[in-house]
Amino acid sequence: MSDHAWLLLGLYLAILLLLVRPVGGYLADVMEGHGLAPRLGGRIEALIYRVCGIRANEEMAWPAYAFAILLFNALGALGVYALQRLQLWLPANPQAVANVTPDSAFNTAISFATNTNWQGYSGESTMSYLTQMLGLTVQNFLSAATGIVVVIALIRGFARHTAGTIGNAWVDLTRITLYVLLPISFVFALFLVSQGVIQNFDAYRDVTTLEVTQYDNPRLDAAGQPLKDDAGNAITEPASTPTQTLPMGPVASQEAIKMLGTNGGGFFNANSAHPYENPTPLSNFVQMLAIFLIPGALCLTFGRMVGDTRQGWAVLAAMTLIFVLMAVIAMHYEAQGNPLLGKLGVDPGAGNMEGKETRFGIADSGLFATITTLASCGAVNAMHDSFTPMGGFVPLWNMMLGEVVFGGVGSGLYGMLVFAVMAVFIAGLMIGRTPEYLGKKIEAYEMKMVAIAILVTPLLALLGTAIAVMATDGVAGIANPGAHGFSEILYAFTSAANNNGSAFAGLSANTPFYNVTTAIAMWFGRFGVIVPVLALAGSLAAKKRIAVTTGTMPTHGPLFVTLLIGTVVLVGALNYVPALALGPVIEQLVLHTAN
Amino acid sequence: MKHLLRPAISLFLLLSLVTGIAYPLAVTGVAQTLWPDAAGGSVLVRSGVPVGSRLIGQNFAEAKHFWGRPSATSPQPYNGTASGGSNLGPLNPALVDAVRSRIAALRASDPDNHQTIPADLVTASASGLDPHISPAAARYQLERVARERDLPLERLDAIIDAYTENRQWGIFGEPRVNVLKLNLALDGER
Repeated sequence: MSDHAWLLLGLYLAILLLLVRPVGGYLADVMEGHGLAPRLGGRIEALIYRVCGIRANEEMAWPAYAFAILLFNALGALGVYALQRLQLWLPANPQAVANVTPDSAFNTAISFATNTNWQGYSGESTMSYLTQMLGLTVQNFLSAATGIVVVIALIRGFARHTAGTIGNAWVDLTRITLYVLLPISFVFALFLVSQGVIQNFDAYRDVTTLEVTQYDNPRLDAAGQPLKDDAGNAITEPASTPTQTLPMGPVASQEAIKMLGTNGGGFFNANSAHPYENPTPLSNFVQMLAIFLIPGALCLTFGRMVGDTRQGWAVLAAMTLIFVLMAVIAMHYEAQGNPLLGKLGVDPGAGNMEGKETRFGIADSGLFATITTLASCGAVNAMHDSFTPMGGFVPLWNMMLGEVVFGGVGSGLYGMLVFAVMAVFIAGLMIGRTPEYLGKKIEAYEMKMVAIAILVTPLLALLGTAIAVMATDGVAGIANPGAHGFSEILYAFTSAANNNGSAFAGLSANTPFYNVTTAIAMWFGRFGVIVPVLALAGSLAAKKRIAVTTGTMPTHGPLFVTLLIGTVVLVGALNYVPALALGPVIEQLVLHTAN
Repeated sequence: MKHLLRPAISLFLLLSLVTGIAYPLAVTGVAQTLWPDAAGGSVLVRSGVPVGSRLIGQNFAEAKHFWGRPSATSPQPYNGTASGGSNLGPLNPALVDAVRSRIAALRASDPDNHQTIPADLVTASASGLDPHISPAAARYQLERVARERDLPLERLDAIIDAYTENRQWGIFGEPRVNVLKLNLALDGER
């Protein structure tokens, strides 16, 4: 790894760790209704509650909380679906893009409501400005808010003593949106514009290019499908154009919450590789910070709300150690370049530049890929499909850890706390004591919920992959031959089930088969975890908090951090190693032999 | 659970208006006031005619211009309405073939040039709209462009230097040359 890569990683960690404490404290204040923001916004909040018929001081037991969350997100999905199906007849559609097909609209609606933001479509040619704003941007906010309020409810479960309730879902959603997501996004969006991200409602703009572009235009049949000759090659005819069309739109406002809320769905097809979404290396660095900001800060929020900040630092330490290791692997292997191209006379020292942008190069792309897949963000500034086998293994493996290392906003920490309960349970078995975490006894009911929450995503990812590789429609989507083609499918379902949203994007996923199957994986990968986590929260809240004794296993020291890392990595490995062996592992071996 | 229906619907609608209408409009208002050029796409204008964007690359194939990254957009390269990469895997024979034919085109344009091929000059970018090449990729084309334009090598070298951006703040990203701006400057030279 180059000095530049080490410096970048070091600087990133330093700034992140400086930010998490104040932001974590602010989050705790807001969620407890203390501090400046809730005081200033109190009247707006009260007005919202009155208009919406919300009784703000009535708390909910966990089933009501869970039902509220499900209802709220189902409405969100419905809204996105409707906007896509009607956009041609609605305003703010200067390109007059058509209504989206039912299967693609369904997939996108589920995708954005579950904070996955998997994209089967190309934004610049599919979505009207109204759909991007009122559909997609809104879900960027609300799905992020959902993740955060669920982890706050779980933290309350640990913090409370024999309580019947875990909070008021409406109040929690309102506060996190108004006091955290909106103000930070606003400032962040303006910063992005200062770097060159566009923000307007103009129609696309034609410019006269310096040269006339000559190209081969595929000939289309009456149905708009490309014609092919007997050998299966596309029939083309020479064409030329003296212009280039520059896409426009309200990009910065969506880009900000896309990163901050670990959503990851790009305004454009190329996502954060597009110069209008991520124009400079500085905008790239700040986007990377925005991804880990809230997931990192929530660890400290957790520490404060359970009354022991060391607990928060311990969880953050476990996350950080895994992150550094994975970042180093990704940056190292991408810097090695592709030996097959080296043989043709390509400079091997420049690294693997296929699918990367010049302004970001190897280090800033490798680091971004690690961050976006450890957090369930899924934005990309380089095409993961073109990574070296080991470089591409990192994003895949990161998602397979269950999106708990930083992870999505809220979802990362509730996932990690589920693993923490698992870790104390294993430790309890080893030393023969009833396991407890933060003074709460972990019993059969809790372990059942933990087991469901941990197993539901690998089940969806592996079953989905298995079905797709056996189905004609599944195999039809593969773009790259050999083991890499299998990796494309495995990546798609791992990404969907873990609500990441990035892709080995060669896979043609905008087909009814993939639109329906990945939507199922996304929905159950999200709410199949949220519901048991809220059940866990409810059951923990009802328990007494036992005092710490000499027999209590400390959960803030290096021993626990090691145990937690071991649990996360082992569960990930046990679930996925056979599948990984068929994909990136084979590919690395083949590349090694070819060399 | 029926009592949750009204709060769910009304809160959803209200927050949709705030985050989906008020927020993007507010960002647009401030952005258009503070950075109208950036918010509008950083468009470059030559004698009154918009000729491109500082941030969006263009296709260059004539020998007198510096060439940019290969672009995988379709049907034409650097299609602004269809961003994306090739998504070819590292072992895909199609990748090796594509790179081989790009190397052949570079060699044909400048047969006496025996330098190592800069990686970015023969690999497709992620967006298909990459406006930059590495300084090495610009230097690789130095002699061809100088010959085509009858420019002294030192003069052209100095122009490349002038259009080379270093790492932002010395730390972020990689050194790079904006191909469109460089070619615009060269076209202005004569």
